[in-house]
Amino acid sequence: MSTAHTPAGLARTAHGGVGESAPRPDGTLKVTGEFAYASDLWHEDMLWGFTLRSPHAHARIISADVSGALATPGVYAVLTHDDLPAATRYGLEIQDTPVLADGVVRYHGEPVALVAADHPETARRAAARIRITYEELPVVGDEESATAPGAPLLHPARDDHHAAHVPHPNIVHRQPVVRGDVAAARARADVVVSGDYEVGMQDQAFLGPESGLAVPAGDGGVDLFIATQWLHADLRQIAPVLGLPEDKVRMTLSGVGGAFGGREDLSMQAHACLLALRTGRPVKMVYNRFESFFGHVHRHPARLHYEHGASSDGRLLFVKARIVLDGGAYASSSPAVVGNAASLAVGPYVVGDVDVEALALYTNNPPCGAMRGFGAVQACFAYEAQMDRLAERLGLDPVEFRQRNAMEQGAVMPTGQVVDAPAPVAELLRRVKARPLPPERPWDTAGGAPDVRALPGGLSNTTHGEGVVRGVGYAVGIKNVGFSEGFDDYSTARVRLEAVAGQPVATVHTAMAEVGQGGVTVHAQIARTELGVTRVVLQPADTRVGSAGSTSASRQTYVTGGAVRHACQEVRERVLALGRARFGAHHPAWERAVLVLEGGKVATEAGEVLAALADVLEDEVIDVEREWRHRPTEPFDLRTGQGNGHVQYSFAAHRAVVDVDTGLGLVKVVELACAQDVGKAVNPLAVTGQIQGGTVQGLGLAVMEEIVVAADGRVRNPSFTDYLIPTILDTPAIPVDILELADEHAPYGLRGAGEAPTLSATPAVVAAIRAATGIALARVPVRPEHLTGT
Amino acid sequence: MRVNFTVNGRPQQADDVWEGESLLYVLRERLGLPGSKNACEQGECGSCTVRLDGLPVCACLVAAGQAEGREVVTVEGLAEHARRRAAGAGTPPEPAGTSLDEARRWTAAPDGTRAAALSPVQQAFVDAGAVQCGFCTPGLLVAADELIERNPEPSDADIREALSGNLCRCTGYETILDAVRLAAARAGEAGPR
Repeated sequence: MSTAHTPAGLARTAHGGVGESAPRPDGTLKVTGEFAYASDLWHEDMLWGFTLRSPHAHARIISADVSGALATPGVYAVLTHDDLPAATRYGLEIQDTPVLADGVVRYHGEPVALVAADHPETARRAAARIRITYEELPVVGDEESATAPGAPLLHPARDDHHAAHVPHPNIVHRQPVVRGDVAAARARADVVVSGDYEVGMQDQAFLGPESGLAVPAGDGGVDLFIATQWLHADLRQIAPVLGLPEDKVRMTLSGVGGAFGGREDLSMQAHACLLALRTGRPVKMVYNRFESFFGHVHRHPARLHYEHGASSDGRLLFVKARIVLDGGAYASSSPAVVGNAASLAVGPYVVGDVDVEALALYTNNPPCGAMRGFGAVQACFAYEAQMDRLAERLGLDPVEFRQRNAMEQGAVMPTGQVVDAPAPVAELLRRVKARPLPPERPWDTAGGAPDVRALPGGLSNTTHGEGVVRGVGYAVGIKNVGFSEGFDDYSTARVRLEAVAGQPVATVHTAMAEVGQGGVTVHAQIARTELGVTRVVLQPADTRVGSAGSTSASRQTYVTGGAVRHACQEVRERVLALGRARFGAHHPAWERAVLVLEGGKVATEAGEVLAALADVLEDEVIDVEREWRHRPTEPFDLRTGQGNGHVQYSFAAHRAVVDVDTGLGLVKVVELACAQDVGKAVNPLAVTGQIQGGTVQGLGLAVMEEIVVAADGRVRNPSFTDYLIPTILDTPAIPVDILELADEHAPYGLRGAGEAPTLSATPAVVAAIRAATGIALARVPVRPEHLTGT
Repeated sequence: MRVNFTVNGRPQQADDVWEGESLLYVLRERLGLPGSKNACEQGECGSCTVRLDGLPVCACLVAAGQAEGREVVTVEGLAEHARRRAAGAGTPPEPAGTSLDEARRWTAAPDGTRAAALSPVQQAFVDAGAVQCGFCTPGLLVAADELIERNPEPSDADIREALSGNLCRCTGYETILDAVRLAAARAGEAGPR
């Protein structure tokens, strides 16, 4: 039972409970510059680590000479594959990623050697003195080159559990989803549209670069202070590489400057520890921005073929889709991304007959893995383009057409799973459509001269409004919440309640990675609400407490929030038992009434105060650690894709308004309105921030963000000069309309919220550009040349 | 080489500075002031924005030697800088873009607990939810504070222009706009008319 309501006559617990816009507990430190991010760590006598990376996408290492680097004054260690003490490979799902290149490099930027020195520049210069001789190998760059007869096998000895089920060893994983009879449905269809779509390689581009500090310990172990998304998954991968038991690798989360999926895989975690253990000195590693682009996985670029059929009255009859994701050189989380792309390929629509195939390739391109939206983004871009084309062919309004086919609670997914929580797809679309449109010609000023800042091209003053046309576009998307396909997705929380100086204080300890999403705020809110206290102390996240799982898949408020609530409820039961033992003999309400904790008191629901919490506790410390799991899921059948694979779905809709300079191909997004169902806004300010931030990442994919990989597998734009992310001038007003239709299966009814807005923002912007220009755009990011035909 | 300069009102001296070191490196690694952030070190993201003799600059693009004899304000000195400014003569407000009423209608976090040590713009960032991961925040604060000093009632377009050199990956910028509007509105309420 929740104690979220306030009994009559009892003062409300101090501000900051569930449902309120409580301020971040780390906000003051972050605005004063005192918050210690991973790159701010410092230790007496520390060394700086540096990574030498491959200049080639695919090559054999013939020889490596590190003598010049070792002889450099100020250098303390140089390590290559030959120096690794134990396991030489790691991976989230498949252990296929070399700690340091193992005789072959498989992508541009792969780590080859490590240097530790007394100044970061010394380490860089020493690394430049390492002589590696490479023999270049043919580059596998796409599906054709990966599966052609005689194609080089990137992992010829693979023995992972997907290997037996894939049609070619250069395919990481393949998942079909088949339901009904597509051939029969096609015969009935009045309208059939087919299209090929392409999504470029997007980068998480979190601002805080990969960083960490490894400190060797007296017991032969190591303490690692690191920016990551999942401490325990890192630990599970690092310990075998170091040849240490897990209890000798102690990890503490340091300040994380954003993640968005890009910190789910290891970057320098093992590297820094190896250097620290070799030198016996603390070692700090900080990637610069150039290296960061090589140091983490990216969003899978995709090629998608879709075929949709509908009846003349606007009902979807079938969907046939093939989604080919480029997973790059190593598996990372590609198998799970494939599962998402396949199971969510149809979108939030009811379709009886479905034939979907999704697969991820091994290539010599940069490794791809988790990024906000995780396989659902690519599909959403394609199916939403198809929905607009169908609507046009049928002569229907695009929103009306979507609403006719929108799923609702009780709908059956193509996987056979019944959607057993609210699915307000049509309502979300209605809400963004009903919103008043922004004014035309926003650059017009009272003074006559246009405000160029409101025009496409902005301050570059490329137009004064001539040749600028406006378009409006819509999109909606569906995203799963939490880890799917039978994964044991649990979290752990430890909650302590004690009286300090006569006041009850709750302490919350989890291993949840706070990466900016506001989980720490939410944990304090939950503890205040469940225990009726004002003061909540948050312990640093570390591996002294059980796993919290990953800060990804929109799952932390749901799962770790659920664990905190679960632990609080146990604390509550214990404190009430303590109260009964202490005071029950004198007051029958202790036994007979329903009791609540509120305002630092134990009270009856009717509002009668029985005791102060501090008086109940006296010197007792109630300390509880609990694991908590969401409802179990099951794997998808490998041939049919049938199965209750997901625990919860999340929905968002966008309306984009754009102005396009058709002469120069410049796009100005004027407004990007979002409506999203969050089940319960645990912190309205924070969830609004998530929706707006996710929306802008979707905007970025629509019009500017792409890692450009040349045919030789080399990355061409690893910098913020050339990889563009939206600035405040590129970003429009983002009005947000939040629905709260509770999911009865989730804590407080909440629905994971972080990812869904990233899905629909991209196709909405592109739909608006199509509406403005009439050009059938099938690739993101949309570039000026796509709009001008040059 | 040795560099002598003033940081946040205090004379500082950095020794053994290598010629290629940036002002950012010297602030972070030699003076123990890591508030200015190292997000791109290419002058593209604005996370390391500091004021050099009053002007906002990317500390990563300033060679440490260029700071010789000059005055630097970092995020660590922002509250003190704002206090000194408030103690001095007030600047008359410029014609408005965003109306004061509009900005006042914006509701801040209900907590109401405010640390006394924060400058108005720092407090506004906390209240408006403009801080998520916070890595961009120090640079944005220095840039926003300079904007409000120069233009006490900035329009939305003014704010966007002034902050266009500061990338943020988390917030979508809406809460940052809210924060700057809020800071300007509060300064308007408190300051001399």
